[in-house]
Amino acid sequence: MKKFIGFVKKEFFHIYRDKRSLFILFGMPIAQILLFGFAITNEINHVDIAILDQSNDVTTKEIINNIAASKHFNIVDVLQDETAIETVFKKGKIKAVLQFENMFAKNITKEAQANVQILTDATDPNMANTISNYITSILKKQQQDINNGAFTPYQIIPQSRMVYNAELKSVYMFVPGVMTVILMLVSAMMTSISITREKEQGTMEILLVSPLKPYQVIAGKVFPYIFLSVINAMAIVLLSIFVFKVPVNGSLFFLALESVLFIITSLVLGILISTIAATQQTAMMISLMGLMLPTILLSGFIFPISSMPLPLQAISNIIPAKWFIVIVKGIMLKGIGLGFLLKETLILLAMTLIYLGISVKKYKIRLE
Amino acid sequence: MKTDYVIQAENLTKLFGDFAAVNRISFHVKAGEIFGFLGANGAGKTTAMKMLIGISTPSSGRATVAGFDVYKETEAIKKNIGYMSQKFALYDDLTVKENISFYGGIYGLSKKAVKEKSHKLIEELNLQAVSNSLVGGLPLGWKQKLAFSVALLHDPKIVFLDEPTGGVDPITRRQFWEMIYKAAHKGTTIFVTTHYMDEAEYCDRVSIMVNGKIEALDTPKRLKAHYKTDTMNEVFLKLARG
Repeated sequence: MKKFIGFVKKEFFHIYRDKRSLFILFGMPIAQILLFGFAITNEINHVDIAILDQSNDVTTKEIINNIAASKHFNIVDVLQDETAIETVFKKGKIKAVLQFENMFAKNITKEAQANVQILTDATDPNMANTISNYITSILKKQQQDINNGAFTPYQIIPQSRMVYNAELKSVYMFVPGVMTVILMLVSAMMTSISITREKEQGTMEILLVSPLKPYQVIAGKVFPYIFLSVINAMAIVLLSIFVFKVPVNGSLFFLALESVLFIITSLVLGILISTIAATQQTAMMISLMGLMLPTILLSGFIFPISSMPLPLQAISNIIPAKWFIVIVKGIMLKGIGLGFLLKETLILLAMTLIYLGISVKKYKIRLE
Repeated sequence: MKTDYVIQAENLTKLFGDFAAVNRISFHVKAGEIFGFLGANGAGKTTAMKMLIGISTPSSGRATVAGFDVYKETEAIKKNIGYMSQKFALYDDLTVKENISFYGGIYGLSKKAVKEKSHKLIEELNLQAVSNSLVGGLPLGWKQKLAFSVALLHDPKIVFLDEPTGGVDPITRRQFWEMIYKAAHKGTTIFVTTHYMDEAEYCDRVSIMVNGKIEALDTPKRLKAHYKTDTMNEVFLKLARG
């Protein structure tokens, strides 16, 4: 035990004195969570739009007021004729133009139908789509208000309600994802690099010749990263609760347990990489290409798995992050417990044991 | 087997598939001896050494190190030997003192013992001024001496040195050999591999490995007489060329 403490102390010296690993350990998680939370977002807020109102009547005024009142849009320009539309788009500041036809209010009352055109700048297709949806929903609401009281037979109004994330806040999506990526990064990449560093320096040989047993060496190398990963996970959860107001509907304790399981899965992957890679550079490349990319792209963090082609869907199943994201979302947003997450938990556990088995075998072969 | 031998090997063999990296080598090393283990690159020196220090299991043959069996008692062997590789494996981002106390710690020395020993060691090596500096900034020769002293920290019976003088200048090499003599004088057995044939002259006895076999084993003086040359270099070339 005394030997172990000495070993762990040495590891902390390594981490503490290496500015790069300090940055990855503490700078990255905070930077990533803030970036994803604030900057990279699917919501639209304060988008500049222009209005071309050829009718200028009571109804259009009311609609324009409603749009101006929403926090999503700023009306920055009122255009006089159609030729101006092209010009404002080209300037690039304005992302959408709302064009009302002539005699809008009159058409509604007389013909029971009036046209409004939403023009969006689709150089950013996602954004254009979102803007269009937001404006449409404001218009629909207007339509209901007009219809209220008036005789409108047989009208079907679908009402959709988003559950668990009613406001469709993208930060709800990103917190579980970022947490997964960070834990993977810290646990797998940092451990694989720190173990291969010992190999590169030749100190691993000395350690193996010492009375320390191989598993003690590995445990000593891994332990500081378990500790740091737990701190990171806590920091991310605290940031998301207090800065982004993401709720934790389920049990915090259960979330912590599942996080520790995922941390161990990642650490084992890191050990596995270190048995394959001879140098720190190789270890880093394998971690980035083999772990980080799939974790970001195929885990359902950014791109929904259900819309991937079948082969990729199959591959996503062997990525531990996929299961952990399901678990974190389940606990944080849905507030479910082990009963509903048993399958995912067991899969993670099985993966960990399989990778551990392979690493132990590889490690022995390498010793020979 | 007699007990005043600290290393005994009988027909020790290591096979990689069909290839015998070490082919039935037999030799004995006396306590307090400086034993030179020579051979060209790929002759099997490192493989043989790995079996003796307990990190590689032999394919066949017998060997004991410090009286312990290399098959079953590797843990006991590891406690009784010191090892220094050609990389002078110290941690560059730890200070001199931290390196000493780390290695002392993994060999199970008490805090008090580590403190006393590191104080003595730093004094002997004249490292007082840099004892709290990171090892990474030290000159190669200093690192080498420090690495050797660290390998001796737990008073091992035998020290294995794997090409310990690679890449250092002749003066430093000379000083290093003085340290080796000092350790041997205190009764520590030195098992050293080297490429430098002038260093072979400093050894009490040398063995020369060619293609996995020990082709010659004697004192440098008698080897030179036997092969009728003046230098170990010539002896080595004659053997290595077959």
